[in-house]
Amino acid sequence: MSTFEIINLSRRDFLKAGAGLTLGVAVPSLAQMAGPGQGGGSAVAAGTFEPNAFVRIGADNTVTVIVKHLEMGQGTHTGLPTLVAEELDADWSQIRAEGAPADASRYNNLLLGTMQGTGGSTAIANSYEQMRKAGAAARAMLVAAAAERWKVEPDSITVARGAVMHAPSNRKASFGQLAVSAAKLPVPQEVTLKDPKDFALIGRRTPRTDSRAKSNGTAIYTQDVKLPGMLTAVVAHPPRFGGKPKSFDAAKAKAVKGVVDVVAIPQGVAVLASDFWSAKKGRDALTVDWDESGAFKLGSAEIAAEYRKLAATPGRLAKQEGDPAAAFARAAKTLEAAYEFPYLAHAAMEPMNCVVKLSADACEIWNGEQFQSIDQAEVATVLGMKPEQVKINMLFAGGSFGRRANPHSDYVVEAVQIAKAIDGRAPVKLVWAREDDMRAGYYRPMYHHALKAGLDAQGNIIAWQHRIVGQSILAGTAFEGMMVKDGIDATSVEGAANLPYLIPNLGVELHSPKMGVPVQWWRSVGSTHTAFSTETFLDELAVAAGKDPYQVRLALLAKSPRHKAVLEMAATEADWNTPLVSARLGDKRGRGIAVHESFNTVVAQVAEVTVRRDGSWRVDRVMCAVDCGVAVNPDVIRAQMEGGIVYGLSAAMYGAITLKDGVVEQSNFHDYMPLRMSEMPRVGVYIVRSNEKPTGVGEPATPVIAPAVANALFAATGKPIRSLPIRIQT
Amino acid sequence: MMTLNVNGHRMPVDADPDTPLLWVLRDQLNMTGTKYGCGMALCGACTVHLNGQAVRSCSTPLSAAANKKVTTIEGIGQTKEGKVLQAAWVENDVPQCGYCQSGQIMSAAALLAKVKRPTDAEIDEAMNGNICRCGTYTRIRAAIKVAARSVK
Repeated sequence: MSTFEIINLSRRDFLKAGAGLTLGVAVPSLAQMAGPGQGGGSAVAAGTFEPNAFVRIGADNTVTVIVKHLEMGQGTHTGLPTLVAEELDADWSQIRAEGAPADASRYNNLLLGTMQGTGGSTAIANSYEQMRKAGAAARAMLVAAAAERWKVEPDSITVARGAVMHAPSNRKASFGQLAVSAAKLPVPQEVTLKDPKDFALIGRRTPRTDSRAKSNGTAIYTQDVKLPGMLTAVVAHPPRFGGKPKSFDAAKAKAVKGVVDVVAIPQGVAVLASDFWSAKKGRDALTVDWDESGAFKLGSAEIAAEYRKLAATPGRLAKQEGDPAAAFARAAKTLEAAYEFPYLAHAAMEPMNCVVKLSADACEIWNGEQFQSIDQAEVATVLGMKPEQVKINMLFAGGSFGRRANPHSDYVVEAVQIAKAIDGRAPVKLVWAREDDMRAGYYRPMYHHALKAGLDAQGNIIAWQHRIVGQSILAGTAFEGMMVKDGIDATSVEGAANLPYLIPNLGVELHSPKMGVPVQWWRSVGSTHTAFSTETFLDELAVAAGKDPYQVRLALLAKSPRHKAVLEMAATEADWNTPLVSARLGDKRGRGIAVHESFNTVVAQVAEVTVRRDGSWRVDRVMCAVDCGVAVNPDVIRAQMEGGIVYGLSAAMYGAITLKDGVVEQSNFHDYMPLRMSEMPRVGVYIVRSNEKPTGVGEPATPVIAPAVANALFAATGKPIRSLPIRIQT
Repeated sequence: MMTLNVNGHRMPVDADPDTPLLWVLRDQLNMTGTKYGCGMALCGACTVHLNGQAVRSCSTPLSAAANKKVTTIEGIGQTKEGKVLQAAWVENDVPQCGYCQSGQIMSAAALLAKVKRPTDAEIDEAMNGNICRCGTYTRIRAAIKVAARSVK
């Protein structure tokens, strides 16, 4: 197969050049093209630019888009190729998607500066122009190649659905037929992007590129990687965070058939075997004596008590508007509420795992790779290598919800330490059992919120004070310098410090106590708790003032038109003003509304619930409206809204990681329960028509569902919900 | 040494009889379409068929599969139910991360083999053991119904 490749210069070079997109061309060898997970960028022949490769067109007429963002379900392998295909005027059937290798000089996330990584619902937002330009440049080169071959003016050539055509002479060529000639042409210095009214793919449903492989068992995840001579490692971790192995007895483990080695690593003891089951049996037979001198030994109840105490004292000021103290002094009525949120595990379907092949001067990794720049740096530190010696193959991830972007590269480093402990004698696949995944930490932190509001005689909110207590996610990470200002971790107060409502006097304070429980971002990060407390407290205030929660929001959103529009859309679709009917005598029904912006996307949801006499309840229906700018693929957006609702609802109904004497009490899906099919509400998704640049959709549906449901339960029962997971008092 | 019948092929296997079928399929036979999710029959990602019955292979010892026909996601497309289900999965773009979908399709195929036109309640009952953290339940339900209509 002869192939040519159109390559962008790095963004820095592009900015330096200042003249639109610069492209280069390279013809990689067959050998360089081989193998799954071998990103196209790695296939660039030596002696070419330090390039940024996004598009590869083969003589077989396939267009391969090198996708720089992890496909973990959110649709990057469909969305980014859509952007390329749109400007290339490709036929969707000829599009293929391939994960990019780790190389931040070409594949950096434009919203993360120089870093390569996927997160913060940025995949489409940061790629929207970059991928379209890559497609447009490739198209221009194909047109130039056809013009040369047919000896006609480029302007007289059209491209549609993968066909390059010259109508006056009735000539036609496929991309594949032009690929080799196009590869020899100069790269256009500037490209013109389409007028959105001419979009043929953007805004329509293009089928996912990965549905087939994910429906017949051929999609390859980290768990499925098998290298020659590879050993599978299962690790005994300390029972408490901060524990370390003091000594261990490997005799019984080594007696298990298939077990090859037992090695100590800084945070545990690894059993290596020919296969997972032998390694697990070996791990179960292992005896480890733990050094718990530095271990964290508090339970959730003690942590909660400490947070409650802190919440009674002023915290660092994250936001102040007006004069809250004076406003509270003149308020006709003051309301207070305290909210409690547990630790949450991400619990992706694919437990954490990582494959490492170590040699003297390189480390090759196979992973559902979400944070290349961090992982390369962390691994390089462990091995005394340079980050560029760490090669990473990005595979599909079986979910992540933030977990695979660990700011300390926890499980990736663990796999590397095991490979290092055996001196790289064999490739190592680290596999966490579900129990390891559930208990390894890096949870959404526990939080306590204290809210207080002052109403005037007419029930208008004139003062608002919000105090948040909980661990900082960013403290001690590479993001601390960038996103922790004056002791305020931006992710702890997002959603609270930027309330969209017109409240003249407002204060937001933060306490960030240190706890020995590892914490991390979890789908929608700070909004997972701030949306809940603000949106449910608002309903309490509305009820106290004798007002309709929807009308209260509309009035307070006068200066937030996007919020107002999605709120109206959700309320209209849910027939907000039509009373709900109980299906059975004694059932109580309720409807709740919530709206929240996260990652520059605004989502509103109306949830309808039924509460039975025995206190059991279910969510019957959710109407969801979203404004995410241009809807690149409405069906993927719909899927992300549906999925975000399920993820948030699972946490609202059941989600809690609790500690007793420092030991995590949950271990598997029986005591950390996700939503199941029978509990799935009917969901309707409505997308605001917009010409604004696209914003994220992976996370923003998640934080809205819990407050919408809690407000619905409040409406049904008259009792507010102030802690998660939801427990109904009957 | 024993012989397993997987997707109509006889395959020699060398493992202790108490080894879960899941790990025999994945690590010995290199059939990685069947997924590990929980190891306790709680999530359904490892669902395969034994003589047409959906079972959780993570909790099924190899010995229980002896002399039975094992069907996995790699072979289910050869059955009429599996074929229409896989087509409906693609047509409806059911998968997100996709990790649970092998198990979902195997549970759905066992359902359709038994019940030609399942109701919502029957779908709930058959599919409730299969967790999807991405939340594709609405599409799974829709795809099962599309598939049911097209089974000849």
